[in-house]
Amino acid sequence: MRMRVQISAIYARWRSNRNAVGIVLLALFIGTLPLWLGTPYALSTMIFIGIYSIVTIGLCLLMGFAGQISLGQSAFFALGAYGSAILSAHFDWSPWLAMVAAAIITGGIAAVIGAPIFRLRGHYLAMGTLAFGAIIHVIAVEWRTYTGGSSGLPGIPRLTLAGTPIRSDMSYYYLVWFFVLIALIIALNIVNSRFGRALRAIRDSQEAAASLGIDVSRYKLQTLVVSAIFASVAGSLYTHYMIFISPAAAELDLSIRLVLMAAVGGMASIWGAPFGTAGVMLLTLGLREIVPLVTRHGSGEYQIIAYGILLVAIMIFMPEGLIAGARKAWERSRSRDTGPVAWLWRRAQRGGQRIRVLGQRGQ
Amino acid sequence: MPQYALSDYIQLLVSGVSIGSIYVLIALGFITIYNVTGVINLAQGEFVMLGAMLAVTLLGLGLPFIPAALVSVALVTCVGVITHRLTIQPARHAPEVSLIMITLGTAIAVRGLGLLFWGTIPYALPEFTPGAPLQIMGAVLSRQRIWIMGVALVVLIILYLFFEHTLLGKAVRACSINRGSAEVSGVDSSAMSHLSYGISAGMSAVAGIVIAPLTLVTYDMGLGLGLKGFIAAIMGGMVSAPAAVAGGLVLGVLESFTAGLLTSGIKDGVAFLALFVVLVGRTMNLSMRRRRS
Repeated sequence: MRMRVQISAIYARWRSNRNAVGIVLLALFIGTLPLWLGTPYALSTMIFIGIYSIVTIGLCLLMGFAGQISLGQSAFFALGAYGSAILSAHFDWSPWLAMVAAAIITGGIAAVIGAPIFRLRGHYLAMGTLAFGAIIHVIAVEWRTYTGGSSGLPGIPRLTLAGTPIRSDMSYYYLVWFFVLIALIIALNIVNSRFGRALRAIRDSQEAAASLGIDVSRYKLQTLVVSAIFASVAGSLYTHYMIFISPAAAELDLSIRLVLMAAVGGMASIWGAPFGTAGVMLLTLGLREIVPLVTRHGSGEYQIIAYGILLVAIMIFMPEGLIAGARKAWERSRSRDTGPVAWLWRRAQRGGQRIRVLGQRGQ
Repeated sequence: MPQYALSDYIQLLVSGVSIGSIYVLIALGFITIYNVTGVINLAQGEFVMLGAMLAVTLLGLGLPFIPAALVSVALVTCVGVITHRLTIQPARHAPEVSLIMITLGTAIAVRGLGLLFWGTIPYALPEFTPGAPLQIMGAVLSRQRIWIMGVALVVLIILYLFFEHTLLGKAVRACSINRGSAEVSGVDSSAMSHLSYGISAGMSAVAGIVIAPLTLVTYDMGLGLGLKGFIAAIMGGMVSAPAAVAGGLVLGVLESFTAGLLTSGIKDGVAFLALFVVLVGRTMNLSMRRRRS
């Protein structure tokens, strides 16, 4: 009896500190990963997963919690990347300073465009953010003096640590994942605060949230700024790792890939973001390995098709993301009267008859 | 600053109107689907690409031009219906954000299939009636541009007759006005949703085929054209067909003038800026009206 009580107390404490435990476990995992997965290829893959994870964590805050769709997140990524690149390559700023300045500028731009853009909802918001991304892309291509146009901007300095540039992938890996952990901690704290609860209220109904005294537009704007700063820092990390930047960083395809990563991990799950990012990246790499064995085509085609089908399938069958969706499906298959067999049986009994209530939104 | 003659302006105006006619066709596709199903179909542009690509392929198989074009339009119409059946209908109760992502995913998948089947090579479709360009008031006008405007006009007339003067067309309109009442009156709303997807896909295919001789056909042409069509539709307020026609023409002319008088690179930027302004302007307008009432 006493044993039971103790265990449940430990369990309760663990539950309340789940996020802290998770952070520690992830930090341990990240710290020890290079010991058994030390190939250069794996390391650079992990660096990219980390960089995009920072963006998707911000995107989850914006889409999953505040409920505001963004098809232009690559614009903030590109603003950070180009800001950092231009300040450090053209004006000889220290890369760290350039990174901070780029984040501040990007946050400022997000605050300025947020006010008009959040007057839009749903479809219109999607297209508005997409248009913003497209405008940034056009600027990246056309403003040749500073951005180098479509051929890109080479010769960007590396980040330095104690005066020496970080050259090895190993060091950069730890640096990037340090930022991921910080982003996770910030996002989890936001989500589990008064602010996060307000965001969820806004997601479910802006009118109801407003009637409870939540300043809807201020909360939405602040979330956008946070997610933009995350994307900007990730862009800076990207640019100083690649020491090159091209307008590809501002493309719609990147925005879509980021949304897909967030969707795979579960929009409303901060923890899902790094896993979704890793899942999509590994799918991409897996296809790159497998496809040449099967056909003579490049993997690019299959990659795009897989992205598209994956996005549609997740939205139709598992709108909460792969992890939550799989858990639900498993639970459903365990309980008898809601399992797939019972469902089929009920369908058969109904005999295809459809009952429609007047005024019900059919179709 | 170079000097422009009147003929230059006429030239830009006419080419703007002809490109605008393409946007009009695509915009009407957006509106048809939106009003019947409540979905903004981001895969609209991919139907344009499919129409042009299939026409190129069928011509390559030895079909004469007119049957090739007709078969292509018919095939894309079927693709539209199938798309609705597979992607939209299973998720019809999903929240709006999910529906947006579903159509986005469809667009990517179709573009990927286009890349798989046709590769990155640009294809050319011959002009409908090859020949020397016409001269109108000093402006040079290729014959294909006249075809574009003519075909767009014919499609508009057919569409008008269908929606205003046939029972089926009226049933589709009934669904867009009030779905529940339409069902009570015996309209199969699900069939009408399928039909609206078919019509709008077919219309986009026509747009793809008529513009193909002017530009080249590539697997990724759909994205840009689809977005321009959407901008035109939204400039017209998403519900009214005549307003969408005006929106498409204005957008075409605006683009043509920026490309002609400034540089062609910022042409797309101007289009998206227009979208941004129109979107935001719409909401300002709405909230102002609300305050007044």
